[in-house]
Amino acid sequence: MNYITIDSKRVPIEDEKNVLSLIRKIGIDLPTFCYHSELSIYGACRMCVVEDERGNIFASCSEQPRPGMVIQTNTKRVQAYRKMIIELLLSSHCRDCTTCQKNGSCSLQDLAFRVGVHAVRFLNNKKQLPLDMSSPSIVRDPNKCILCGDCVRTCDEIQAVGAIDFAYRGSETQVMPAFNKTLAETDCVGCGQCAVVCPTAAITVRTNVTQIWNAIDDPNVRVVAQIAPAVRIAVGDSFNLPKGENSFGKLVNSLRMMGFDAVYDTSFAADLTVMEESKELAQRLEQNTNLPLFTSCCPGWVKFCESRYPEFANNISSCRSPQGMFSPLLKEYFKEKDASEGKKTIVVSIMPCTAKKAEILRPDNFTDGKQDTDFVLTTQEIIRMIKQVGIRFDQLEDEAADMPFAVASGGGKIFGTTGGVTEAVLRKLAKEKNYKTLEEISFTGVRGEDTLKEASLMLGDREVKIAVVHGLAATAKLLDRIKSGEVQYDFVEVMACRRGCIMGGGQPPFAGARTRKSRMDGIYKVDTTSNIRYPDENPVLLQMYDTLFKGKEHKLFHRNMEH
Amino acid sequence: MVDQSYYMKADEIIAEHGKTQKSLIPIIQDIQAHYRYLPAELLTYVATQLGINESKAYSVATFYENFSFEPKGKYVIRVCDGTACHVRKSTVILDKLYKELGLSKEKHTTEDMLFTLETVSCLGACGLAPVLTVNDEVHPSMTPEKVNTLLAELRGNEA
Repeated sequence: MNYITIDSKRVPIEDEKNVLSLIRKIGIDLPTFCYHSELSIYGACRMCVVEDERGNIFASCSEQPRPGMVIQTNTKRVQAYRKMIIELLLSSHCRDCTTCQKNGSCSLQDLAFRVGVHAVRFLNNKKQLPLDMSSPSIVRDPNKCILCGDCVRTCDEIQAVGAIDFAYRGSETQVMPAFNKTLAETDCVGCGQCAVVCPTAAITVRTNVTQIWNAIDDPNVRVVAQIAPAVRIAVGDSFNLPKGENSFGKLVNSLRMMGFDAVYDTSFAADLTVMEESKELAQRLEQNTNLPLFTSCCPGWVKFCESRYPEFANNISSCRSPQGMFSPLLKEYFKEKDASEGKKTIVVSIMPCTAKKAEILRPDNFTDGKQDTDFVLTTQEIIRMIKQVGIRFDQLEDEAADMPFAVASGGGKIFGTTGGVTEAVLRKLAKEKNYKTLEEISFTGVRGEDTLKEASLMLGDREVKIAVVHGLAATAKLLDRIKSGEVQYDFVEVMACRRGCIMGGGQPPFAGARTRKSRMDGIYKVDTTSNIRYPDENPVLLQMYDTLFKGKEHKLFHRNMEH
Repeated sequence: MVDQSYYMKADEIIAEHGKTQKSLIPIIQDIQAHYRYLPAELLTYVATQLGINESKAYSVATFYENFSFEPKGKYVIRVCDGTACHVRKSTVILDKLYKELGLSKEKHTTEDMLFTLETVSCLGACGLAPVLTVNDEVHPSMTPEKVNTLLAELRGNEA
């Protein structure tokens, strides 16, 4: 077998594309800024340099393993090399770590410590540039950019949006939108994947934490929370709980401790989405119009479609997203109580997503001209709030969400991963609601990490063709094929982020392959441990169709299309 | 906003080079050669036509010093400030030009759109230092006096 020698250890070459993967395979965490296994190799940060037996220093990320290679990862020369790079990066970087959004989760800070930079010998004479606060989802601080290009490649290669790129050159180089426009003026969909890969605070999630504390502090305000499916399997990561473990109960408990007046499960609204969307699908199939029906749960996708593929805008489901359905419902639910108590209810949704922060500002998501969801907090922000209070999250008891919106089916809970919405809709459409059907549906091909998954089912004598796609670059490819007539579908589920909401822009970053898998496994485990698995068997939901929602379904649960 | 005719010209140039991504640089070079600058709207237009992200096209256009989004004068004077020219007193020549043309480091082009003044790092003609070019014409061994003659000559062309 072919092997290379790393630090005097023999390492067999399997199908690794670069030396770096081999080094990491044997348990050495060689640092990198610009290397991500799913992006093209850039080789700019030079942190992964190694030395061969001839004394050549090269970047291991962009070197193919050759049989017989002998390399060392930690010679005095490469140590000095790395240290110098970090020192030079820091020489033009803000060093006020204590007040930085990324304090404690910054790769630059971490590596400066690891390689042992204790002083920077150079003055920072870089001109301060203004922050871009134009996007409701993310904040761009060019002063903290180290030009690794991770955001540029993510936006272009994974999301096909290309809102930002390098501009100018040499010491003048900056990452910015074309013509230094603000993000709001670009086609940025707010997915936040750039913030996920950014090693520093050059791109961060726009935070609403202060406004939430203010609302909680106000006795005349009733603060109610809804928690999205994908939050529960990621929030525990930051509190030493096993990756992918469902910590919904602990999250509910901590929200109550913080002072939220009521806590609900967005999965309830996901069940509602399944009901409304499958109705719409049946209607469109019958009339044979506007097919394929595209899902509307993902605001990043909706915006992408509107700006890049407007010809498909009418194919997007008229349903609001689960968040968008739930908030007006909650406001309706508390309307009388608010009036009698002289209070105002505000809805805070806790989401794995940065684009949701923009979704709530869309007029087509308003009810009676009013914004329904008042604030969106990402998983990252709620973690910060829990830490601010000092709650020992891992030691909390599990608590249940508040009735009546605490009952949700497993189908509604798997919305958080790619294929989940489709699987839930398939459950709704299935004739026989038993365990065997569940098993069959889970093997139709809707699960897994493939960027494009296909399934089909028979409805009466008609074959319904389904596609599930995630990542906007993969979506764009699929849309081109649909447009050219090469492929035909009746139902297409789209999620802007790769792997769906479990890997959303608001989730705790630096999730590697193992975390990704445990999050996906975790969310399916949430499903299998649910008492109700079929969305259309949610008893509370069914009852409300005859009471609370009656006659208001269209107003509360669908986008108002006049806008 | 640029006139509709600009887009027609752009279409013409795109057709010459073909609608492929690799044609981006030749196309914007031709546009710049025609208008003496690269109108921002046309860069966006060309990018859309070639299926390139606007930000990527902007990245390319800003990487090369040669592309300018500002309209340039009829005569582009480039004063070499490379090492050889610098030690042979190119600064005096530059200052003289700034003074004569009423320009500065921030203001590159005269109001009458006749002159644009730029510095370059090396023209590769160090034997002729200090050197400057007017459009593509090289003027060797410059002195402040020769600057006067040169400007008079160029202005004379216009009269």
